[in-house]
Formats: sequence, structure tokens, C-alpha cells
Amino acid sequence: MMTHIKTLNSCTFKETAAKGGCGECQTSCQSACKTSCTVANQKCEHDK
Amino acid sequence: MIHRFSMKGVNILMDINSGSVHVVDDAAYALSAVVAPGMTEECPEDILRSLSDQFTSEQLCEAYRELYELEQAGYLFADDEYINIAAAIPTGAPIKALCLHVSHDCNLRCKYCFADTGDFGMGRRMTMGFDVAKKAIDFVVEKSGARRNIEIDFFGGEPLMAWETVQKTVAYARSIEQEKNKKFRFTITTNGLLLDDEKIDYINENMDNCVLSLDGRKCINDEMRPTAGGCGSYDIIVPKFKKLVAQRGKDRDYYVRGTFTSKNLDFTNDVLSIADEGFDQLSVEPVTSEPGTGYDLSEKDLPRINEEYEKLVDVMQQRKKDGKGFHFFHFMVDLQQGPCVIKRLRGCGAGYEYVAVTPDGEIYPCHQFVGHPEFLLGTLDDGAFDMEISDHFSRLNVCTRPKCKDCWAKFYCSGGCAAANFNMNGDIETPYEMGCELQKKRLECAIYLKAAEMIGE
Repeated sequence: MMTHIKTLNSCTFKETAAKGGCGECQTSCQSACKTSCTVANQKCEHDK
Repeated sequence: MIHRFSMKGVNILMDINSGSVHVVDDAAYALSAVVAPGMTEECPEDILRSLSDQFTSEQLCEAYRELYELEQAGYLFADDEYINIAAAIPTGAPIKALCLHVSHDCNLRCKYCFADTGDFGMGRRMTMGFDVAKKAIDFVVEKSGARRNIEIDFFGGEPLMAWETVQKTVAYARSIEQEKNKKFRFTITTNGLLLDDEKIDYINENMDNCVLSLDGRKCINDEMRPTAGGCGSYDIIVPKFKKLVAQRGKDRDYYVRGTFTSKNLDFTNDVLSIADEGFDQLSVEPVTSEPGTGYDLSEKDLPRINEEYEKLVDVMQQRKKDGKGFHFFHFMVDLQQGPCVIKRLRGCGAGYEYVAVTPDGEIYPCHQFVGHPEFLLGTLDDGAFDMEISDHFSRLNVCTRPKCKDCWAKFYCSGGCAAANFNMNGDIETPYEMGCELQKKRLECAIYLKAAEMIGE
């Protein structure tokens, strides 16, 4: 039990490298922006 | 690589390559500034000495031990060797998203319009006929290969000016979905001026997402977004947007999307104005504009904008507590899952997964490159598609862009917008640094908000 650190997420990018890249998810620029790229707020198609 | 920042009393330590985010106390935060990868099991004496005026030896040893455990577990100072950069670069990738410019005409005269008020600088105002739209659908079906999900964004100019084409295109795409084993998702981006009850019903029934353009306060919106006749647009569009959203199912996406410029650096007031009209899915973005327009943003505005983003954070937290919370697109981040790292490397896919099609069937890497002949990928008529240009875009990722490689934000912004880079720097590879700085500030705000929510602050 850590007392100085609280880790907020257990999922790591490394795990997604193996199963990712299917390309079925939404194109980031189609969601709301159209003038700036923001990818981290997109959803994984397999996590919906 | 790590990134550490403190916001509103919360210390955040991000491990970039693993994607881990940690909230740490002051002792661990201070240590994180001085420890380096390959930590020893015990805290080195020189580190203990350097921080002895702020923390007890016991505090430092404990916090150090926890950081050490994180490193051992792969949640701190993780390497990025798991990324196969070559494999992440798609060649001849399936195209699966179209920005369909059904109208190169517009009934607004927005001052900052990158489309030159609708005609994209091409000197001809025109709408897309269904014959061209049908070819575009056939094109994306053919080019999408094994990808099942296909996105079509009806864009302009103002797409409601080509309403018949919109309806016919949706009907045609739906008619071939089963046969072609595709799933079409439609979006429309509209200024709302031509919305009526019939169009609202149709949009709510058929569009998976709709983006409704509004800049915020009436005075701001009407100054920047006048009609072609020179009148303000706010009073015409807001009642229509309200009706559309009220009738839209709760499970259907929409965004009210605005732009802020140097004329409204107090854009929190615009966000709140939109929220106060009853909308809860909002996006208000900085303008990208050449210097000298009178409304462009420059580096001198950065401190003020950063301050405003933090103010927006405060306001959003208060609104949430008051039961009047709303989503702000650029403060949304999913720490548990979100997109895979391959997507994070590549970004928007412009030019190879995502293209824009003009009313006369020209194909460009995205809507912002339309009208730049050097980026013309091909046409629907002759079936030509310039793979050299497309491959140039597909090779761009955060590992191949030198300035992105060592940036902490790389897996969150994915290298930024190629069009913004081109417009501001003259090439698609060099990041538009002002955009980078704003993006980094928004990410810090987003991660802080998520952290505060998760630790119950």
C-alpha cells in the first residue's frame, strides 16, 4: 500500500501496442474539432 | 520520459511511455524532479541531503521507495522499445473516413473562416451533386478494404445548402451497407441557419454526431459570424440548436463548437454562455490564423490563455458540484483506456485514412488542404490517387517528427494537425508551436480534472 503515491490508471500503452491498430475507431478530426488534433479523448472501438 | 506538474495543489507525475498517471505528495513530487531512470533500491545520500530542508529523512526514504517500486513495475521511466515504429507506419492504408464537401458555399461570412467564406479560395461557389457524392461513397467503400466502419462528415461551406444531396447520399450509403459489409456513421457540421423542423428530425434520425457552430456570447458570435447580409446570426440559430438538441436522444452525440480569437481571450464566458443556453457537450477552440488579421493569437497571448484555461477548470468543477456539469471536448481524456498506442502514434490519419472530397470530386488530404493544388491527391472521375503524397502523410507520426519525439504530450496529441503546421510553418512536419503550447496546457487541465475527480477533490 503506497502512502505517497496514488496511481490513477493500471492500463499501460504497452498492452495496447499488441492488440491495437485495427483502425475501426473514429477519425479524431471527425468528432468535434476540425481545426486541431486531439486524440487522447477518442474512444477505442473495442471499449465501447 | 516523465512529465510532472502541479495544479491547484495536486501534484501529478506522468510516465509518458507507459501512459501511467500518478498523483503524488510533496515529498514524492520533489524527489521526482531529481531521480533518474535506473533507480537504486535505497535513496542516495546526496538526494536525501538536497531535500533535507523540506522533508524528513523518513518521508524521503518512504517516497523514494514507492517511486522505485513504480519503476520496477514499469509505471515509471518505462522505455518505448515496445513500439515497432516501422510496423506502425501504414502504407496503402485503407481510406475509411470522408469529409464530404457537399457545399462550397455558405450563408455566413465568418471572419476567421479557413474556407474563405465557403469557396475555399477556389473562386467558385458550388454545391455537390448526388452523382459526385455517390462516386465518393463508392470510392470509400472500395478503398476501405476490410475496414467495416466508415465515417462520412457532411461539411462545407454550409452543408444544409446541399440538403438534397445529403439525404440522397445517406439513403444510397444505407442501401449498400449490407451488401458491402460496411457500417456508415454520419456526421454533419452546420452553422444552423437553414435548420427547420424537417431537417432537425432528419439529422436526429440519421446523423450519429452533429457539430453545431456557435461562438458563445451573442456579441462575440455576431461580431465574428455575421450572415451574408451582414446581420448577427445568434438569434436565428440558437433557438434551432436548442430544438435540435432537445429532440436528440441522450445517447446521440452532438457538440456545440465555437472558436475563440484574440478578441475574446475571456472565452470562459463564451463556454458558460453556451452552457447557460442548455447545451452540455461543448468545444471552443483557438483560432488558427495568420498574423496581422486583428483576431489572430500570438505567443504574447499564451499566459492569458493559459490562465483562462485554468479559470475554466475552476468553473467546470464548480458547475459539476452544483449539478450543472458539462463536457468540454478538449478537457476530456480517458486514462483507463482511450485509444491504442498505434492510434496515438499516428493521429488523425489525414491523407491516408481520412480524405476530403470537393463538390467537383477532387480529393485532398483533409478539409484544410482543399484549394492547395500541391496537395491534390486525385479525382473521383479518373480514379487517380497520388500515393506519393498519401505516403508522405502516412509516414508522419510522433516518432518520425523530430520535435515530437521528445515531447511529453506526444501520445495525447499525436503530433498535432498537419494542416496547422502547413499553414503556419509552410510544411506539414514541423509542429505549429503555439498550437503545441495550447495543447499541452489543455492536456494538463484535462489530466488534472480527471485526477481531481478520481481522488475525490
